[in-house]
Amino acid sequence: MAADVALSVPAAEEAPFGDVRSAARPAKPWRPPTDETPVVRRTLIGIALVFLGFVLFLPLVAVFVEALRGGVALYWAAITEPDALAAVQLTLLVAVIAVPVNLVFGVAAAWAIAKYEFRGKSLLTTLIDLPFSVSPVISGLVFVLLFGAQGFFGPWLQSTGVQIIFAVPGLVLATLFVTFPFVARELIPLMQEQGTGDEEAALSLGASGWQAFRLVTLPNVKWALLYGVLLCNARAMGEFGAVSVVSGHIRGLTNTMPLHVEILYNEYAFSAAFAVASLLALLSLVTLAAKSILEWRYAQDIAATRGRGH
Amino acid sequence: MATIRQLVLGTAASLMLGLAPAMADVTILNVSYDPTRELYKEFNAAFAADWQAKGGEAVTIEMSHGGSGKQARSVIDGLNADVVTLALEADINAIAEATGKIPANWRTLLPNQSAPYTSTIVFLVRKGNPKGIVDWGDLVKDGVEVITPNPKTSGGARWNYLAAWAWADKEYGGDREKILAYQRELFRHVPVLDTGARGSTTTFVQRQIGDVLLAWENEAFLALKEFGEDAFEIVVPSISVKAEPPVALVDGNVDAKGTREVASAYLDFLYTDVGQQLAAKHFYRPSRPEAVAPADLERFPATELVSIDSDLFGGWVKAQPEHFGDGGIFDQIYKPGQ
Amino acid sequence: MVAAALSGPFRKPSILPGFGLTLGLTLAWLGTIVLIPLAALVLKSAGLGWEAFGTLVTDPRTISALKLSFGAALVAATINLVFGLLLAWVLVRYRFPGRRLIDAFIDLPFALPTAVAGIALTALYAPNGWIGQFLAPLGIKVAYTPLGVVVALVFVSLPFIVRTVEPVLAEIDREVEEAAASLGANRRQTVFGVVLPTLMPALLTGYALALARAVGEYGSVIFIAGNIPYVSEIAPLLIVIRLEEFNYAGATAVAAVMLAISFVMLLVINLIQAWSRRRFGDGR
Repeated sequence: MAADVALSVPAAEEAPFGDVRSAARPAKPWRPPTDETPVVRRTLIGIALVFLGFVLFLPLVAVFVEALRGGVALYWAAITEPDALAAVQLTLLVAVIAVPVNLVFGVAAAWAIAKYEFRGKSLLTTLIDLPFSVSPVISGLVFVLLFGAQGFFGPWLQSTGVQIIFAVPGLVLATLFVTFPFVARELIPLMQEQGTGDEEAALSLGASGWQAFRLVTLPNVKWALLYGVLLCNARAMGEFGAVSVVSGHIRGLTNTMPLHVEILYNEYAFSAAFAVASLLALLSLVTLAAKSILEWRYAQDIAATRGRGH
Repeated sequence: MATIRQLVLGTAASLMLGLAPAMADVTILNVSYDPTRELYKEFNAAFAADWQAKGGEAVTIEMSHGGSGKQARSVIDGLNADVVTLALEADINAIAEATGKIPANWRTLLPNQSAPYTSTIVFLVRKGNPKGIVDWGDLVKDGVEVITPNPKTSGGARWNYLAAWAWADKEYGGDREKILAYQRELFRHVPVLDTGARGSTTTFVQRQIGDVLLAWENEAFLALKEFGEDAFEIVVPSISVKAEPPVALVDGNVDAKGTREVASAYLDFLYTDVGQQLAAKHFYRPSRPEAVAPADLERFPATELVSIDSDLFGGWVKAQPEHFGDGGIFDQIYKPGQ
Repeated sequence: MVAAALSGPFRKPSILPGFGLTLGLTLAWLGTIVLIPLAALVLKSAGLGWEAFGTLVTDPRTISALKLSFGAALVAATINLVFGLLLAWVLVRYRFPGRRLIDAFIDLPFALPTAVAGIALTALYAPNGWIGQFLAPLGIKVAYTPLGVVVALVFVSLPFIVRTVEPVLAEIDREVEEAAASLGANRRQTVFGVVLPTLMPALLTGYALALARAVGEYGSVIFIAGNIPYVSEIAPLLIVIRLEEFNYAGATAVAAVMLAISFVMLLVINLIQAWSRRRFGDGR
């Protein structure tokens, strides 16, 4: 095994076993034993980039190429058309409601799961994961089964005149369902890693539980939290299958951006469809760029945060 | 936190935009199927103008389009439609049965069995018709690929299937085994079953898959208009079906909303000269041809059209479960190892 | 070492407050948004009766659709296990131009509506597409075959593994690797013997999420799959077909089966993870 490995790596790069180089670092360029050789490194980067190119980059390029096929004027017309604006507005509204709600829940769930040991924890974690595995068609359908005119609460809702599905509340519910696990899922592994030592120390110094959470836990997990929120938001805006079932597709009224894309596509307005789709793609790139900039500006802060985890 | 700021800004923006749409005096919702988008866009404007000219209030018509079955299901589940204009009688029957919001005799309430316009199924082939497709029998020749949506999910595809059945019935003198063998062979020539008519058109036109597209006549004409007459041509088979997309007032909803008068007028307007001319303009065959200029009728070629109510099919009430129900004939066509 | 102190599962009651509050909130919200709606689903399919349920579920067409959905999801998640780990490694450990941009890219499948992804992928992999035109002469068909399903599922499930592995990889102490190296392990031994076991819980979580997401995917797949019964018809499409027949019970029966299989899969993976966390000590 060891011989195989040694052979596969250029001899000049391979340090003999047991050579205690870390004791005295020579001045010439030297590769620490915890790094790969440049050849391996470049190969890995190369494979990663080729894979990404085929799986992610080309589809994205295809979206923008198709969007701009009809020219910039057409692109602009497609995204400023009243129905498109109504769809943007509705999408924002749904995300603005669904994301903060799932944020609060996600933090509570992560706290309960990561900071305590209790029976049935794996089961609870699995239940939280469940919306990931439910087909989007079903995620919408369950709310139809509950709140549809033929559903369990249908007759009661109709007698009170409350419209849930085929209206904004239905869209929000379906979005809440599909984005349910994102924040919790992002926080749990990290909070488990970090353990409870910091919080216990804070409590022993006289902090209240809330103070310990706000001043100790939150700073420790803020990047993961921000990350979870971004993912939650992206999914909330991009969700198609579930909202499609509960939307009713009323033009300019209950069509979110992904549904508007479908409508345009079905009207053979391919460029316009891709133009609206490209907005969603841009949105994700912009929020993620913003996150990267924040990370870069507060790099030291992050280093401190990470340091505290150990 | 930056995200919270974003959210607040987002809310503010959406609230501001929320004030934008002007309020009309009355709003009705027309729940329709996919290929009628262009027709109703123009028809709605014409109706609103006419309604106001006759002293009515300002009227806004909201549109919802989608697969016919899916749209019917939405109405059943509580989508507040004033009128439904769907692809299949069976879909409106389903609404009537499940909700009671449409009377059982709805087909008798408007002229021409509540079908203000009709259509049929034709072939769209590539320019020059390289595979020489002229009739249904040519579809099962070696090397011919046929594009149709899935009859289980698309209303138009059910008409495709029935049209093929009508031809096979005539060709094989009603020999059921031979008809079934033909249908089985036909669907073996289908490489892609899209879920909707528009998806199939895209597969055929944009992806260049297949040699012939089975399509609504109006969709075939629209495809020619949208994608160029130099790339495709229409072939009319010797026999096809008379597709009757029906319309109905949703009594239960219009009474609750107080929109009965305007919604009824909306449907009646489909039968007026203006309505009929608009239907013809968007490649639907008008139910009152006399209302339309003869020149506009010329593009609809005469061919033998079989009605769903003929003895062959026995109406939608019988044909729907027999052919397209769970375990029905269409399901039997697709059996493993065949 | 702090790590050592925290590594053992603490069985003593915690002094941290808020357990009741947070668990209560979690359960209440979980119940409202997830469990009650899913209970409605189960209740609806229970209305079908065992016999009808059995017939529907053991129907060869249902089974072949379920096989395709789960099989393609397994293949896609496994592909992403390898490439997701590779991507996470490259993005965390190496510095190269455009790294941040690529890092941002990874989340694209979350943000792009699945239908758009399906259309874009079909445009690429159809026989006349950018990539498809080079594959067609080789006799490789991607779009409108089960292979197309796998491509779409790889796309939608990619971020899960990268995003669960990245933070854990970033947190790993390089000292451990240095220790391994100084004890005579070569680089490959260090990576496979020391680093990978530490990443196991995160990899498993990512794998589970990717798999779960891929199994239920509908929007992107129907454009690229071809949807031919017994060949490229996925289970969620069967659900839609049942709905088109106004057969809610039939639709929910297929859904309930998918749900049950996914649940068991997720539970097993979460149990393995909990076990490995105990065994390898807090994932470090």
